Amino acid sequence: MLKIKNLEAGYGKLRVLKKVSMHVAPGEIVTLIGANGAGKTTLLSTISGLVRAAGGEIVLQGKNIEKTAADKIVYQGCSLVPEGRQVFATMTVRENLILGGYVQHRKGNKNFRDSLDHVYELFPVLKERSGQLAGTLSGGEQQMLAMGRAMMAKPALIMMDEPSTGLAPLVVKAIFRVIKKLREEGNTVLLIEQNAKAALSIADRGYVLETGKIILQGPAKDLLSNNDVQRAYLGRDVG
Amino acid sequence: MAALQYVTWQLPMTSELFLQYIFAGLTYGIIYAIVAIGFNIIYNTTGIINFAQGEFVMLGGMIAISLNPLMPLPLAIVLAVLITMMVGALIEIVFIRWLDKPSVLRLIIITIGISILIREAALHIWGEGIRSLPYFIGNEVSSVSILGTRISPQVLWVMGVCTVMVILLSLFFRYTLMGQKMQACAANRTAATLCGINTRNMVTLSFMLSAGIGALAGCVMSPITYTQYDGGTGLAIKGFTVAIMGGLGNSMGAVAAGLLLGLLEAFSVSVLPLAFQDAISISILLVILFVRPHGLFGRRDTAALKEF
Repeated sequence: MLKIKNLEAGYGKLRVLKKVSMHVAPGEIVTLIGANGAGKTTLLSTISGLVRAAGGEIVLQGKNIEKTAADKIVYQGCSLVPEGRQVFATMTVRENLILGGYVQHRKGNKNFRDSLDHVYELFPVLKERSGQLAGTLSGGEQQMLAMGRAMMAKPALIMMDEPSTGLAPLVVKAIFRVIKKLREEGNTVLLIEQNAKAALSIADRGYVLETGKIILQGPAKDLLSNNDVQRAYLGRDVG
Repeated sequence: MAALQYVTWQLPMTSELFLQYIFAGLTYGIIYAIVAIGFNIIYNTTGIINFAQGEFVMLGGMIAISLNPLMPLPLAIVLAVLITMMVGALIEIVFIRWLDKPSVLRLIIITIGISILIREAALHIWGEGIRSLPYFIGNEVSSVSILGTRISPQVLWVMGVCTVMVILLSLFFRYTLMGQKMQACAANRTAATLCGINTRNMVTLSFMLSAGIGALAGCVMSPITYTQYDGGTGLAIKGFTVAIMGGLGNSMGAVAAGLLLGLLEAFSVSVLPLAFQDAISISILLVILFVRPHGLFGRRDTAALKEF
């Protein structure tokens, strides 16, 4: 699905990612954990084309996309749910979702109703609020809207940047339940989280990113029980 | 800015005169509103205040005047609007598109430069002379009777065309996919990109749209306000005042503020010499910038989010 080889990226002279290599296979949830400033968001931004890669390769479904513009990458089947939700605050929930389906519309699939119904089914609250301005939603609802908007594009790979940030524990649970459900429906998810425990408990595999380098990788279960991970990211004191 | 031609002497305020002022105020007011909406469209998608906005109005009028002897008036106007839209697109493509995250100040200086460029080009092409399109119906002395007062049918043309433009624009932004894409681009550019929208094209489109509405306003107003190579400057100042008064980016606010400024100017003639008319809008602009920079109808919290 997604293969990254020796990816380098940064801002100006600052190199944030240093030869990052990883892959995501179809149908799995892969999580990338790491501390603040490790380069997690930069990695997702680079995959989605918002930040230009300075070196290395990004291959999505057999096609190199490291030089493709961000708005074109969406058409290749890779959608990002950005950090901080980034909904269209001045537009209604329904309008937000329809714009999310614009990619499908351009591909000639004019039937956005089914995708809309599917999103409403995943997040019933969005249906209740469909006529409301997105800016007036609560943080959790905005997160759901951002996820729903990305789903409207029917992406082969959906990437999420810290969906749990700033949300109440109950809402976080609901969001993670939906991510699990997405996988059951055959979607592929690349999830970035600071909440390492929650992320690893639903993921199939995980990567640990530290100062721009992948320092650990493996099945999520193994990472959960790894001493280094426990000490650094799960806040557990293990001797 | 050519002054109101038909109210230059002092008379006691009869109900007929009162209505004359009202019509004059509304006519100019809706024109200011159109210029202000032109500012808003570009501001919303790019965060740029395009100081060449007034020049679009002048260009529309001038091009239509030049084309008019060669073809029927409606065709001349349509062509003038299309040509001005191309100029708008060209400006964006040549001067703005390739800039990578430019500062607001740099963009302001660029658009001021563009406005000077267009004005000087117009001076070379059309000279200093004052020109105008013919009246769409009748001539300068024909009039229609409304509510017991007589006004030029052209006034109705200006009000009618501008009102229809305002309504169509709001429908466009609300109900068409293209309008929604532009609105999305205004609300959050990164998110719009992530939805597969080419935001650069939206910016070009916003320049074309503002150039188009400015040019159309320039055509319908030409018979009563006349068109001169430097006519855009004054209009840009009025339009900017109105855009600020209405709350930058708020088009309904711009309509209200435009009509308010138009009426204020019209009635000022009865208490102040005509020469002070322009001073009024500048004074209002200054007071508003000091006291309520988010505008009469804008909200402080949304204004706080803007980088201007």
